[in-house]
Amino acid sequence: MKLAYWMYAGPAHIGTLRVASSFKNVHAIMHAPLGDDYFNVMRSMLERERDFTPVTASIVDRHVLARGSQEKVIDNITRKDKEQRPDLIVLTPTCTSSILQEDLQNFVARASISSDSDVILADVNHYRVNELQAADRTLEQIVRYFLNKARRQGVLTRSLTDTPSANIIGIFTLGFHNQHDCRELKRLLQDLGIKVNQVIPEGGSVEHLQDLPKAWFNIVPYREVGLMTAKYLEREFGMPYLSTTPMGIVDTAEFIRQMEKYVNSFLSKEKVNYESYINYQTQFVSQAAWFSRSIDCQNLTGKKVVVFGDATHAASITKILVREMGIHVGCAGTYCKHDAEWFNEQVQGFCDEALITEDHTEVADTIARIEPSAIFGTQMERHIGKRLEIPCGVISSPVHIQNFPLGYRPFLGYEGTNQIADSVYNSFTLGMEDHLLDIFGGHDTKEVITKSLSTETDLTWNPESQRELNKIPGFVRGKIKRNTEKFARQEGITTITVDVMYAAKEALST
Amino acid sequence: MNTFEILTFECETGNYHTFCPISCVAWLYQKIEDSFFLVIGTKTCGYFLQNALGVMIFAEPRYAMAELEEGDISAQLNDHEELKRLCLHIKKDRNPSVIVWIGTCTTEIIKMDLEGIAPKVETEIGIPIVVARANGLDYAFTQGEDTVLAAITHRCPEYKSWVDEEDGTEKKVLSVYSERNRDETFKSPNHPPLVLFGSVPSTVASQLDSELKRQSIRVSGWLPAQRYTELPSLGEEVYVCGVNPFLSRTATTLMRRRKCKLIGAPFPIGPDGTRAWIEKICSVFGIKPQGLEERETQIWNNLKDYLDLLRGKSVFFMGDNLLEVSLARFLIRCGMIVYEIGIPYMDKRYQAAELSLLQDTCKKMHIPMPRIVEKPDNYNQIQRMRELQPDLAITGMAHANPLEARGINTKWSVEFTFAQIHGFTNAKDVLELVTRPLRRNNSLEHLGWTNLLQPTII
Repeated sequence: MKLAYWMYAGPAHIGTLRVASSFKNVHAIMHAPLGDDYFNVMRSMLERERDFTPVTASIVDRHVLARGSQEKVIDNITRKDKEQRPDLIVLTPTCTSSILQEDLQNFVARASISSDSDVILADVNHYRVNELQAADRTLEQIVRYFLNKARRQGVLTRSLTDTPSANIIGIFTLGFHNQHDCRELKRLLQDLGIKVNQVIPEGGSVEHLQDLPKAWFNIVPYREVGLMTAKYLEREFGMPYLSTTPMGIVDTAEFIRQMEKYVNSFLSKEKVNYESYINYQTQFVSQAAWFSRSIDCQNLTGKKVVVFGDATHAASITKILVREMGIHVGCAGTYCKHDAEWFNEQVQGFCDEALITEDHTEVADTIARIEPSAIFGTQMERHIGKRLEIPCGVISSPVHIQNFPLGYRPFLGYEGTNQIADSVYNSFTLGMEDHLLDIFGGHDTKEVITKSLSTETDLTWNPESQRELNKIPGFVRGKIKRNTEKFARQEGITTITVDVMYAAKEALST
Repeated sequence: MNTFEILTFECETGNYHTFCPISCVAWLYQKIEDSFFLVIGTKTCGYFLQNALGVMIFAEPRYAMAELEEGDISAQLNDHEELKRLCLHIKKDRNPSVIVWIGTCTTEIIKMDLEGIAPKVETEIGIPIVVARANGLDYAFTQGEDTVLAAITHRCPEYKSWVDEEDGTEKKVLSVYSERNRDETFKSPNHPPLVLFGSVPSTVASQLDSELKRQSIRVSGWLPAQRYTELPSLGEEVYVCGVNPFLSRTATTLMRRRKCKLIGAPFPIGPDGTRAWIEKICSVFGIKPQGLEERETQIWNNLKDYLDLLRGKSVFFMGDNLLEVSLARFLIRCGMIVYEIGIPYMDKRYQAAELSLLQDTCKKMHIPMPRIVEKPDNYNQIQRMRELQPDLAITGMAHANPLEARGINTKWSVEFTFAQIHGFTNAKDVLELVTRPLRRNNSLEHLGWTNLLQPTII
């Protein structure tokens, strides 16, 4: 048993349901007690989804507990088959009902006989994998199921499309800015004359999965979901895949060069060259490269930040901050423990320390210790930042309704670089504000907010220093207060005067 | 027109969406200020509290998950030792007056003996431990509160009254609550002690207290009280009355285990319900209500603007929080037509007075009795709604946006769980919620954006 207050990644069945409900005309049946079907609420509320979430719970109640499900699950499957005629029905238990150890595979086999739809059981261990791993696995399972079916029917071929084409794998519901990223990727491919063969699972049809191998190569924008599918397709059909995330100017260029390589590997003559496209986009279309050169970005140089998120986003953002903006990353971390090795390798040399943990208090303690000027993290870090009065830009799931903006906010591609630069710039207190800090001035006459994490009361501020502290703008007051107190403690000073404040400032700047 | 008279209950498949009963933690930990709630369940339970309910656990929370891991499920670890370890941790960090263990579906399935372990841990750590089985196998949404209150009922002190031999006056052991509320003008009420049960915000509790005080009735305590240490005394002479329609288990426990006398009244929701509730309490105590009718009329007059919006409009309750019958009765009295009252569970005895008020209201307003559907089937309900085209659907969160996209106005049922809806004063708040979608649409009407679906997906 462990005492838990917060989770970065949800339980396995959420991942399975996210994949199933992203496909068109796929219905999921949950074998679960009343109330476990809150996925429907998340999808409907967060994504502001207009359609009913295609997930139905086959309720596990006291009777089921006593006598087993008997015909209940099968009845629910066949009922949905008749009512909504889905192409596929995915059955999944939850953490709770998986302990019942009912033979769900048997239910699936029996329901398949009387259903027009295909029926499968999501094959996931609910106590060993999290939401992201389960999503990755379920997507692979569905793809494998339909490709095997096509092979049996003899309709499966690896006949390539006439012009270069790619599949985009891993865009799905409740993903962090996934819809915007997908649009941006499609635009990028279109610019390069590469056709999008299929996007899965979001908006994809399982009936068309058999055409996946027609693409020249696969793109996996986020390594959390889609990598298993891409590896399967590589193994089975020799389809190459790109797992470089096109986030930031450097990696987007790298991504395009890899595509060039793959495209050219299929062409015997008239090879493509995307270098001029990369240059044009970098120098003139994307504003981010110009931003890096601009006077604004100069103020970011050497600022210390903490980055935390899923492996893909945390690693990419760390590299962007360091390579493209000259920011100092004090700590880069991820909650994707299963991908620790990859993450460590990616951020090595880009940050002082790497943090791999699922425990938000450990993240909070690290941030408090490092005292960065800004945080780039999840909604959790945003709240940690609020408590410590450190600004935070949200760069990764777990998602919040704020991560489903109505406007266009991709993180990938060249438009993504602009969005990221904006978000980074706006997260810092900069320019004139910085100078105000330097001279301790300000025009904020509000009372000092004493709500800080330092609860020690062994220090007293005399009236003059209190007044001085009041003059400091609210957004940095907490930090100045903490720094001064830290200095006073080091020097063994108990009463803080204005002189001590200045001394503290001097000590810090040397 | 004989449908006026007959109460019929249908029961559907139970394929409906509602919140898990552990969600009661979200409001109970705030209500009982010195408590700590420990939900013993899986990641699925924790993610629900964190995500779907939007209750994020940030600074210094007074509730947590005891997350069951593979070792717990396969019984490799000792439940007693594990729970003791976590509770000691909680004691060190928060030192609450009580720890409430919320059992979940998982603890039911693995048959964890929470009731057996609790007394041991209680002695070991020196903090009372209350066990409530708020699981989704047996209960829906708000019934979680019912399981917690029923469990706390056992912890209320025993009510005793005796004649002091020295000064010859009658002495009583009452709750701290009534001691504090005792004022000079209202020293010794001439009625037996009255305890109200149901979790409502403290302002609502004082509003109801003062409504009863107008009738010279003093409330001796609330279950739950603001603090665990202030629980009311219970016993044979104590009368109890509920304010929430989903507390049938608590009512039964109060009657059977604590020998209290239950006042079966309609619930104090809407001016009509509040009046009926007060009248019923008065009648049990043999008190003639003073100025109650005037008070009700005055409230109705204040609601006039809302009533003009609602009159003749129709509403469909999909069923979620068990407040449905009381709300439907109030809305019918406001002049609305109710097509269907979906409700997860219907205790016909505990809700008897409410159901009979519903019948009377329908008769009075000359409309047929709505159908009451227990354990509804959401899919079938949506088909029925397609036929009926109600002006408003009161629904769980999962269906709100899709219904809105199909041109049906919705209001989240959970809002009625969290808003202040009890008593005369808050009648306005209920109608404020109910009319909001109608008012919103009045201001958007000329735009003609009623159907926001692509033709193929309808």
